[in-house]
Amino acid sequence: MPKITYRHADGTQDSLDISPGISVMQGAISGGVKGIVAECGGAAMCATCHVYVDQKWLAALPPMNAVEHEMLETTAAERRPNSRLSCQIKVGPDLDGLVVGIPDRQL
Amino acid sequence: MTGAGVVIAGAGQAGFQAALSLRDQGYDGRITLVGDEAHPPYQRPPLSKAFLGGEMAADTVLLRPPGAYAGLAIDLLLGQGIGEIGAGRVALHDGAQLAYDHLILALGARNRALAVPGAGLQGVVMLRTLDEAAALRDRLAEAAHVVVIGAGFIGLEVAAAVSSRGCPVHVIEVAPRAMARATSAPVSQYFSRRHARQGVHFLFDTGVTRLVGRAGRVVGVEIAGGATIAADLVVVGIGVTPNVALAQAHGLRLDGGIAVDSHLLTSDPAISAIGDCAAFPDRRNGGRVRLESVQNAVDQARCVAARLVGRAAPYAAVPWFWSDQGQDRLQIAGLTGSHDQVVLRGDPESGAFSAFCFRQGRFLGVESANRPGDHMTGRRLLGQALALSPDQAGDPAFDLKAYAAGHRAA
Repeated sequence: MPKITYRHADGTQDSLDISPGISVMQGAISGGVKGIVAECGGAAMCATCHVYVDQKWLAALPPMNAVEHEMLETTAAERRPNSRLSCQIKVGPDLDGLVVGIPDRQL
Repeated sequence: MTGAGVVIAGAGQAGFQAALSLRDQGYDGRITLVGDEAHPPYQRPPLSKAFLGGEMAADTVLLRPPGAYAGLAIDLLLGQGIGEIGAGRVALHDGAQLAYDHLILALGARNRALAVPGAGLQGVVMLRTLDEAAALRDRLAEAAHVVVIGAGFIGLEVAAAVSSRGCPVHVIEVAPRAMARATSAPVSQYFSRRHARQGVHFLFDTGVTRLVGRAGRVVGVEIAGGATIAADLVVVGIGVTPNVALAQAHGLRLDGGIAVDSHLLTSDPAISAIGDCAAFPDRRNGGRVRLESVQNAVDQARCVAARLVGRAAPYAAVPWFWSDQGQDRLQIAGLTGSHDQVVLRGDPESGAFSAFCFRQGRFLGVESANRPGDHMTGRRLLGQALALSPDQAGDPAFDLKAYAAGHRAA
């Protein structure tokens, strides 16, 4: 199973094996990773599963649609060029090793 | 506080969020979350969308894995109804008693039943719970003629799932247009046209008089005027009724739901009510409203949790909703139902537009089809109580986003 690493704002991290086909957000919720809120459940409606994608993985991700782009303008923590909503990133074998940073707040 | 802690009646989105937010905000007393279904708390929105399409497994709709509750020190009592509310305690259906310092009613709503002969036939289903969604998904795989009664969000989402399988589907609606209670006419027209293009047949202004059965199974839907539409699966989505019986028996004030004040407290100061069952003061438009949405459930839960840890603030969140129907996404910011004027931005023919709704010139909210930017701008405008005129909304040269953003820091 692909391994995804969630890096927290305080420097600690969680590395989890995620079932292919679910999102980086769902992997975090199922694995009890703190700092991913995801209150809309993955519909790109709430921007509380915001992550900063490790630069070298950016190009490997599915492109951002208009809904995600708009939602990212409302994140609680600062939006950066590598900001994504983790509910919109589906885990597959090609993302084995992906590293995402979790912002210090989602609300 | 006696140390009995908080009892939350109802383990849907609102009840779950109340438990979670209490812990998040540092509440260290006992939390008991009581739900009448066998499943741990789960999300309802995907049940009529991705789950029905088979793109989502049952365990991925859970809000947390079953094992997570112990780690959060949340006592989860599943398959347990509450029989009675007493002073400082509730009685469960199995006779057990649970003491509380504060009780949160997150009892939700239940589907309105179709009150016509034949409504109890096999093959006539409703959709609210995970079990109902799983049953509907299985039946859809075998259905040849589907009839959906009710052209609300649920009905249209189901119709989209059916038509995407290439299965014929009729939608029967007693109102003159789709989503008449939730959206303005241009948005209704856009969505019904999109569905029609996918093969959905609409019958508006049409009542159902009877469901026709053979050997106990539904075979058709008889409509006013006497015609019968063949059906081997009928999905009824005609709205919900809030669950208020428990509150009523305890003598709590009702008013279109369980009446709460601006802090979401019921007429008993030891009891709050949140989510689908709670009728709360609408600070923007006046009067009292009861909303059925994830946003409302989550934000009200958070508001009550904050109060219980000593950070009380009136409930003030901006209502928002969404509905995914086929390839289209509808997003609504604000409560637009009482509008007397609609101004469009964007062209429905282009597949992306918004209907800005006003009452006596005052901005109520915006309904967006595939225009997420307008939706988010609408949420910002309402959140800041920023005025928007119909002229501004209708002027393509007026930079709405900059206007809302310019006031963000103010």
